[in-house]
Amino acid sequence: MFGLDDQQIRRYSRQLILPQVGGKGQRRLLDASVLVVGAGGLGSPAAYYLAAAGVGTIGLVDADDVDISNLQRQILHSTGTLGKPKVESGAQTLLALNPDVAVHPHRVRLRAANARNLVSSYDVVVNAVDNLATRYLLNDTCVLEKKPLIEAGVLRFDGMVTTIIPGKTPCYRCLFPVVPPPGTVPGCAEAGILGAVAGLVGAIQAGEAIKVLLGAGSPLSGRLLLVDVLHMSFREVSVERNPECSVCREGAVIELVDLEEDCHLQER
Amino acid sequence: MKKRRLDLCGEVCPYTFVKALLVLEEMEPGETVDITVDYPPAASNVPRSLALYGHEVLGVIPRGQGWLIVARKGPKEEDA
Repeated sequence: MFGLDDQQIRRYSRQLILPQVGGKGQRRLLDASVLVVGAGGLGSPAAYYLAAAGVGTIGLVDADDVDISNLQRQILHSTGTLGKPKVESGAQTLLALNPDVAVHPHRVRLRAANARNLVSSYDVVVNAVDNLATRYLLNDTCVLEKKPLIEAGVLRFDGMVTTIIPGKTPCYRCLFPVVPPPGTVPGCAEAGILGAVAGLVGAIQAGEAIKVLLGAGSPLSGRLLLVDVLHMSFREVSVERNPECSVCREGAVIELVDLEEDCHLQER
Repeated sequence: MKKRRLDLCGEVCPYTFVKALLVLEEMEPGETVDITVDYPPAASNVPRSLALYGHEVLGVIPRGQGWLIVARKGPKEEDA
């Protein structure tokens, strides 16, 4: 039945009986691939739920090693994997959860030089990065490669999510055309982050990726979901494509650049 | 009309229902399937759950150590 063995029918039974999944959808998930860029606060819950759902191939991109300050939110890692590369620690956790899944660890930082190559072989991309330079680079790469991108960011008690279908729905640059100057946007190390906020938003990203793969429901496209956990409010803002967008407008010539390196040069 | 058979003897709930649903997913609306079960709760659980999912249960007939459940696939639900 849909090439599912008895163990798979048992493992996925609670989602197999959802009409939007079924045997056909489960087969599609098992044959699908998702690239999770960043194996940290967002990437952990996102990849964990994707693996649990039986997404057959999961790529993890991260150049860092597990640090004790990560463990308050990055649930793919544990005290036992301190000092290990995050992609190895993450792969170990995902495979322990679900041996059906093939995990491809990419122990690199996403750069203009490797971005297209990393993204091109996957069906959907989850943006779980912790800096603006990589966020813009990944957006531009996904527009170029026409890959659905589940975009999200978290800080303090707040989160933001949107699903980008290149060529159809607004991209990150449609929403935020101007890259904030270096040093103007604080990161989690400076501003703080509640682990549960990353968990919530990462789980939303997994849900979006699964919906896009299944073609089920309505993706969070053209809509920006704003989550405020401190007052527990969810707000939605409608957004539109920018006809002048520097990357996703008709006929735009996209040049991938490493913004951070530009910043260093500017600082000098 | 084509008739299918599904032997679920030895299987327990909820997997009886899950497997019945998977077989029905592969069928065309109006097609029927003969499902055999021997797990006593399945004789009532499976027909109830199938009806909940829009399929028609034509009969539940005691047979040997178990039951024969005859189900007809309901109209195709449009995804989402």
